[in-house]
Amino acid sequence: MYYIEPHIHMVSRVTDDYERIARMGCVAVSEPAFWAGFDRGSVDGFRDYFRQLTEFEPKRAGWSGIQHYTWLCINAKEAENVELSREVIKMIPEFINNKGVLGVGEIGLNKNTKNESIIFQEHVQLAMELDELILIHTPHLQDKLKGTRMIIDMLMSDRRVQPERVLIDHVEEHTVGLAKEEGFWCAMTLYPITKCTPSRAADIIEAYGDDRIMVNSAGDWGPSNPIAVPDFIQELRRRGHPESKIKKIVYDNPLEFFRQCKRFEFTPPDTLADNSEIAEPQKA
Amino acid sequence: MIAAAQSAPEVFEQTFLLTRAKILEIAATLDRLDRAESAESVRSDPRFRQIQQGLEILLSDGFHRAAQVQELFSDRYDPNWMKKYLTTGERPILSPSVPH
Repeated sequence: MYYIEPHIHMVSRVTDDYERIARMGCVAVSEPAFWAGFDRGSVDGFRDYFRQLTEFEPKRAGWSGIQHYTWLCINAKEAENVELSREVIKMIPEFINNKGVLGVGEIGLNKNTKNESIIFQEHVQLAMELDELILIHTPHLQDKLKGTRMIIDMLMSDRRVQPERVLIDHVEEHTVGLAKEEGFWCAMTLYPITKCTPSRAADIIEAYGDDRIMVNSAGDWGPSNPIAVPDFIQELRRRGHPESKIKKIVYDNPLEFFRQCKRFEFTPPDTLADNSEIAEPQKA
Repeated sequence: MIAAAQSAPEVFEQTFLLTRAKILEIAATLDRLDRAESAESVRSDPRFRQIQQGLEILLSDGFHRAAQVQELFSDRYDPNWMKKYLTTGERPILSPSVPH
């Protein structure tokens, strides 16, 4: 089955992983800007990162026939540095109209602090002014429920925010209802230990339905599994769910959300072989 | 909502050994704690009480045990947080790079 990986940090993965997910049926990835494992010291560090996301990663993905999309922001962890965050937010418009950029993300909260909240709202402000989609990171573990409520409070207090243009990510059993009730899109992250397993994600689908929801691996430099979405597909098949329902969650839903971006261009896999614009691998 | 595609007996057959293994893992972990030095200090750790409460939730009836366990291990939410955090002067500023 073809699928779309709506949240994966490929800058932290090897080229072999593009090849692996392509062989599993992945036709497109969406890569939000995130924390690099260390706090960057200047806005120029982010400028280089945004170039990597918008210039090099699409090329590297293309070597395996995968279409690459991305999101721009300063992540919640580094948002604690308000001065640097404002410099990065100011720079985002330089890159926002590049091919493959889907919007502002993944913004959100990490430890639910005051500074994180301020920078979150300034990102939302930018997204509203530029009419961009928003991708939201919710905190992990004990911070998640409180942080998700805080994020929804901030979004609902801004009348310009259209919930159907916002995706709240990393939802679990105790937060999926909060996001869906307010009309937001949401995503479950299949990640060892700290997030959802494929079987729990399948339980959530059975409990909350398959509208406005998707699944991702959030593969990054930590212990993570870039082929977690195929594991989820297999779990739903094992339970006897029809292929059409599974396809809706792993392919149709990401497309429906992404298509709200005015720049979004997607070549369906059946015609991919005819697309002469796919980059050739670079020779060493 | 999509109904569960399998019957309860089917689910039970497929998950029995896995569930048994997970219960055994928790039992062995608690045994390991008890036979280790300073076991009493762990028993007074608030997180140990959370573990005990989590096990009590597993024995309860209903369809929302997983959500209840998640809530048990969650920080408390203050509905007035925004007033405390985002006072006048700390509301978002307009980005000067964005044309108005």
